[in-house]
Amino acid sequence: MAAAVSSEGSREGPDATRGAALPLLTPEDRALVERLRAGDEATFLAFVEKNHRAMIRVAMGYVSSEGIAEEVVQEAWVGILQGLAKFEGRCPLRAWMFRILINCAKMRGGREARSVPFSALESDNPEGERRPVETFRPPDDPRWPGHWARGPERWTDERLADAEALTRIKAEIEKLPPNQRQVITLRDIEDWDSAEVCEALGISEANQRVLLHRARTRVRQALAGWAAEETP
Amino acid sequence: MSAARPQDLACRELVEILTDFLDGALDERTRTQVEQHLVLCPGCTEYLRQFRATIGSARKLAEEDLPPRVRENLLDVFRHWRHGS
Repeated sequence: MAAAVSSEGSREGPDATRGAALPLLTPEDRALVERLRAGDEATFLAFVEKNHRAMIRVAMGYVSSEGIAEEVVQEAWVGILQGLAKFEGRCPLRAWMFRILINCAKMRGGREARSVPFSALESDNPEGERRPVETFRPPDDPRWPGHWARGPERWTDERLADAEALTRIKAEIEKLPPNQRQVITLRDIEDWDSAEVCEALGISEANQRVLLHRARTRVRQALAGWAAEETP
Repeated sequence: MSAARPQDLACRELVEILTDFLDGALDERTRTQVEQHLVLCPGCTEYLRQFRATIGSARKLAEEDLPPRVRENLLDVFRHWRHGS
C-alpha cells in the first residue's frame, strides 16, 4: 500500500498542490514555484507583471491581432498554472513557460511561421521612409573593397530620447518574422541571457545570434535616417 | 566573403558580426581585427554606437505598464485555478 505511489501511472506527477521536487532549479525559481503552487496572489501578480508583455510580443508573431495574442497568452497562463504541479524544473522556469506559450500560439495561429523572407520585407516601405541610408563600395573596388562608400550619418541624442524612437522600434519589431521577433524581445527588451533564450526557443546559440543580429539590423535601419535628421 | 585583403576586415563584414562581437562570441583573432578596425574607422564606430543605442532603447519597452483589465482577468484565472484543482 505504501509503495502504490511509485508503481502506478508512471508518467503522473504528484498531486496538484504539492508538486514535483525541483532539485535542478535556482533557489529563486524554486521559491517562486513553491509560492505559486501555494496559491500566493501577490507572487502571481508580480510574476505576470514581469512576463506578460514579452509573452504578448512573442505570441503576436503567430496570430493576426493583439486581441488574439491576449487570448493566447491567457490560455498559456492557464496551461502554466495547470502544469505547475508537474513541472520538474529540468529547464529554467521562464524557458518552460515560453515553450508552453509558443505551443499555444502555434496551435491558435495555425499558420506557423508567418516568415516572409528577409529580402521581401526590404521593399515594404509604406511611408517612403526606408531609404537606403548608407552604402558600401563594391567588392572589386581597387582600394577599399567592402568599406563605406557612404557611412552612417550621426544620430542626434535628442532624437533618440524622443518618445517616437520607442514607437518606431516597437512598430519595426512587430513587423519582424516570428523567430526574429522572439529573440529580440527576449534578449533586448527583456534582457534574458543568451543561454536562456536558446533553451526557451529550442535553438542553437549560433542560430540565435543570427536571428538577433538580423532583427537588430532591421530595427537600427528603421531608426536611421529619422534619427539623423535635425530636430525641427 | 568579400575581396578584402587578408588581415583586412571590410566595413561590410564588420557590421555583420557586431552581435557576435557584443556577445563575446568571436574568436580572438577576429575580435582583435574588429577592435583595430574600430580605432581607425569613424563610420563603423558610429554604426556600433547606433547599434548599441538601438539595443538600449529597445530595453525601455519593458517598462510599459500592464493594463488593469489584464491584471484583473489573470487574477480571476489564478483564483479559479487555485480553487478548482
